[in-house]
Amino acid sequence: MRPAILTYLLAVLLLAPQTASAAPGDALTIPAAVQIQPVELAAMLKAGNAPPILQVGFSVMYQQAHIPNSQYAGPGNKDDGLLNLKSHVDALPRDQLVVIYCGCCPWEKCPNIAAAYKQLVGMGFTKVRVLYLASSFGADWVDRGYPVTRGG
Amino acid sequence: MSRVLMLALLMGLAANAPAKNPVKLKVGDVAPQFARSDLQGQPFDLKAQRGKIVLVDFWASWCAPCILAIPHLSQLQKKYGARGFQVVGVSMDDSANTTKETMRNIRFSYPVVLGDAKLGNFYGGVLGLPLQFLVGTDGKILAIRSGEFPPTALDREIAAALKR
Repeated sequence: MRPAILTYLLAVLLLAPQTASAAPGDALTIPAAVQIQPVELAAMLKAGNAPPILQVGFSVMYQQAHIPNSQYAGPGNKDDGLLNLKSHVDALPRDQLVVIYCGCCPWEKCPNIAAAYKQLVGMGFTKVRVLYLASSFGADWVDRGYPVTRGG
Repeated sequence: MSRVLMLALLMGLAANAPAKNPVKLKVGDVAPQFARSDLQGQPFDLKAQRGKIVLVDFWASWCAPCILAIPHLSQLQKKYGARGFQVVGVSMDDSANTTKETMRNIRFSYPVVLGDAKLGNFYGGVLGLPLQFLVGTDGKILAIRSGEFPPTALDREIAAALKR
């Protein structure tokens, strides 16, 4: 077996135990209708009518920068991360608009966002919106000048 | 007080201060210095690499493109190491145990240190992976790459840098 292929298989095996209920690539299954673009969410923030926003990625990224008033509720690729998410939203009415985001990696490679989305839908939330970050939180939010809170 | 002493004091203060508003790095900037024990148990000091071409590779176990790039980086280390090239991996995993588990499964031919939010901020904010900084022999950034890219391009870039 070629080393590159072996490595790829190792990588898949390595990532598998961390995967809760979605895998890198599953973000492509998130319907376009539930995605929200950065410009839309930024406008809601500016208008002061933003819904609860949850970062479902990794804490080391949240600690550097996150969307103002967003809460850390991840990572979506681990079972304890999904429990963390559940604890953040359990008390909310199921028709409450909720926005989740990650941006750890390019959208199609994100290991967190689809699992978090499925978790919320599975809990009965009917108005989940997923922030579409094509490349990363840095490139598609911070670098575009949208509001950011620094530090954890 | 001499200018040199004043500058050293200011740099010391800057290194210890929280980077609340990190400055986005660009090509030509001096790569922020860091010195940490690597996860293989050896000290690593970026400043001690002056005179080499250094690739600072921010990665994480959860980043599939980063994982797939590691064998290529290991190959590049073997290919160019004797000519003055050094890769250092900076893991942005939330815990050292996660990184160590990955390192038990994938062979690294270069040192890996554990990063954190502070180091990320020094590098302008590591808010998406993959992210790499190619650093010249003078410690200045030659190239910044974010997202996926073909390893052949990196190979060409390193080869060119070593010829300078």
